[in-house]
Amino acid sequence: MDFSLSEEQQMLKDSVQRFVRDEYELEARRKLVASDIGYSEANWAKMAELGWLALSLPEEYGGIGGNAVDTMVLMEEFGRGLVVEPYMTSIIIGGGFLMAGGSAAQKTVLLPKLAAGELKLAFAYAERQSRFDLNDVECKAEKSGDGYTITGHKGVVFHAATADKIIVSARTSGGSRDEDGITLFLVDNNCSGLTRRDYPTVDGLRASEVEMDGVTVGADAVLGSVGGGAALMEEVVGLAIAAICAEAVGCMDVLQETTNEYLKTRVQFGVPLSKFQVLQHRMVDMFMECEQARSMCYMVNLKVGDEDPVERAKSVSAAKVQIGNSGRFVGQQSVQLHGGMGMTDELHVGHYFKRLTMIDTMFGNKDHHLKRYADL
Amino acid sequence: MDLEFRDDDLAFQAEVRAFIGANLPLDLQEKVSRGLHLEKDDYVFWQQKLNGQGWFAPHWPEDLGGVKWTPTQHFLFQNEQVEANCPPIMPFGVRMVAPVIFTYGSMEQKQRFLPSILDSTAWWCQGYSEPGAGSDLASLQTKAVRDGDHYVVNGAKTWTTLAQHADWIFCLVRTSSEGKPQEGISFLLIDMTSPGIEVTPIITIDGAHEVNSVFFTDVRVPVENRIGEENKGWTYAKFLLLFERSNSLTGSLKQQLHRLRAVAGQERLGAQSLMADPSFAAKLADYEVQLRTYEFLELRTLGNSQPGAEASYLKIIGTDLQQLASELTLQAVAYYGNPYIRDALVLGYNQPAVGPDYAAPSAPQYFNYRKTAIYAGSNEIQRNILSKAVLGM
Repeated sequence: MDFSLSEEQQMLKDSVQRFVRDEYELEARRKLVASDIGYSEANWAKMAELGWLALSLPEEYGGIGGNAVDTMVLMEEFGRGLVVEPYMTSIIIGGGFLMAGGSAAQKTVLLPKLAAGELKLAFAYAERQSRFDLNDVECKAEKSGDGYTITGHKGVVFHAATADKIIVSARTSGGSRDEDGITLFLVDNNCSGLTRRDYPTVDGLRASEVEMDGVTVGADAVLGSVGGGAALMEEVVGLAIAAICAEAVGCMDVLQETTNEYLKTRVQFGVPLSKFQVLQHRMVDMFMECEQARSMCYMVNLKVGDEDPVERAKSVSAAKVQIGNSGRFVGQQSVQLHGGMGMTDELHVGHYFKRLTMIDTMFGNKDHHLKRYADL
Repeated sequence: MDLEFRDDDLAFQAEVRAFIGANLPLDLQEKVSRGLHLEKDDYVFWQQKLNGQGWFAPHWPEDLGGVKWTPTQHFLFQNEQVEANCPPIMPFGVRMVAPVIFTYGSMEQKQRFLPSILDSTAWWCQGYSEPGAGSDLASLQTKAVRDGDHYVVNGAKTWTTLAQHADWIFCLVRTSSEGKPQEGISFLLIDMTSPGIEVTPIITIDGAHEVNSVFFTDVRVPVENRIGEENKGWTYAKFLLLFERSNSLTGSLKQQLHRLRAVAGQERLGAQSLMADPSFAAKLADYEVQLRTYEFLELRTLGNSQPGAEASYLKIIGTDLQQLASELTLQAVAYYGNPYIRDALVLGYNQPAVGPDYAAPSAPQYFNYRKTAIYAGSNEIQRNILSKAVLGM
């Protein structure tokens, strides 16, 4: 057993830290969030140049062939910087789908472009009624000629506006919550019949409502097997959860460090706040939450590739529950201990708190994963 | 002991309901019930309606515009209003500075300031916190130096709620640095149009402009605007804080629960509603039990003539519940807590909602309600007060 980073991982960490330091000062991020597309194409190009977009992709398709722990190292630093580029949707999820389910042709054409920063992907799965159930799919794809016609609505599709292609889950057979009968399609963003309503999110990202009204795609747009989308989604969303846990750990560590520093410097009643025992204990609780979150983050990133599907799923859900608990406590208490300052948009604390809040929602909140864990 | 409301209480409750039904416009009710943005005019409209009925300042002495109600009637009145989605009363004038004025002010001050509070032609804001004086309020540094018939005020106040609308600010200022910090504070009423006052917005994490910084540069304030004695302001300040903390929350908590139930009834979880999900239903039940506990805690303190230590525990427990309800509501809307469209919080937003129309305020409200455990003396400070004042520690 060894929890230390390899030399390459340490170099990666240093390099992402430098990037965050240079490009993600709070004011710079504020500008990105308010910009047209909500992130920086220059940053994206830089990520391509530094090999980060290729990190998790296979070597035979222009990737570096890194594992989940490599991605974890990068995502933790992205979390520390509140990075807004669409890395999660494009690389971890989009790349994950192509690797796990793509045909040889899809991999050959798309993966090198993804690694080079020339292609962006989004993943449209949630629907109004679906809550966090990936298999609750009413969006329909009907066979027409050689291909399919897709009709339905997808909600809160992250980074859809800037994606070239959107991976859409649609029902090709079965009832609306059946595990069988879901098929994934690679749909061109600018195809006819697809309309989007784009909006910012409360934590500084972008998302869209995506409406498909008779979108036609060829048979080559199918990702994975027809009707077998559920297993594919479970696998890839597992990777996404492992990565977002690392992002959350980065957010929590910044909050914990910042709050600790604030308590040591903010003087009230003639002494620094850090002299009050009740605040010392609160701070210790925050610190312990961070340590627990980090432990589960390591655990899930080491187990997300496990062969045993039950063990894998349990690890994923357990980690997401712990991250939800820790993120809630650390986020809320950071605001509380900063007092009024924690409530301001001006300070970075609130931005981390909001991101941690929304991370709990991503891919199923604590309640959802507790239930899933219990059912496994 | 007796749990039942008396017949005259019930008759009073019916009278309040009828009044609200006849006077609250539907669009205003909708704004409140959907958690949309309220304008200054919305607050003023409703306050003036209440005043027309003689119900705007029921807790004031009768000769000044108050009503002789029993504590139960006060309780019913507040909660009926909230449950019927009336705009909240802006407390800074009528509930906060007015009791200080009629308790400690001169006859001249009562005549000068109370009528415009009563008819809502003057909007007040609160100048207590400073950048360096939060929980430790007594360490405030805004200085007032005597110059003939005036004080010259210099300094900065912060977290000043809705100062952008205010005509007047009541301010704690330092008039002496002798002795304990509490001993050199005076209580001034300052005209917001005075030269040298600058109000700058503070945007909070929910994106709202609710609070402000207020800067004072050589602001001249007539000595006659001082309440009570010089350097005795801390006494008046603490008196006011008890009122600030003793706002009844039962009605607004029930309101949050109604909204949460409505949301959970419409959200789906598989084949059923979220409400029908046993684990969510258990959370809701747990919340309801806590709310019921809070209500009875509040009812038990109704007979107390002036708010005391119970103001502190009611504030802690009540704000915890406000935060919890907002958190459960955000959890209930799942992914639709994400979209952030500021204009969707304004009545008359003419585009269809993103997702269900009840979802838009849920995340901003959750973020905004983090303030409740911080303002009016943080919940940590309230615990300090209780441990000292009640437990003698």
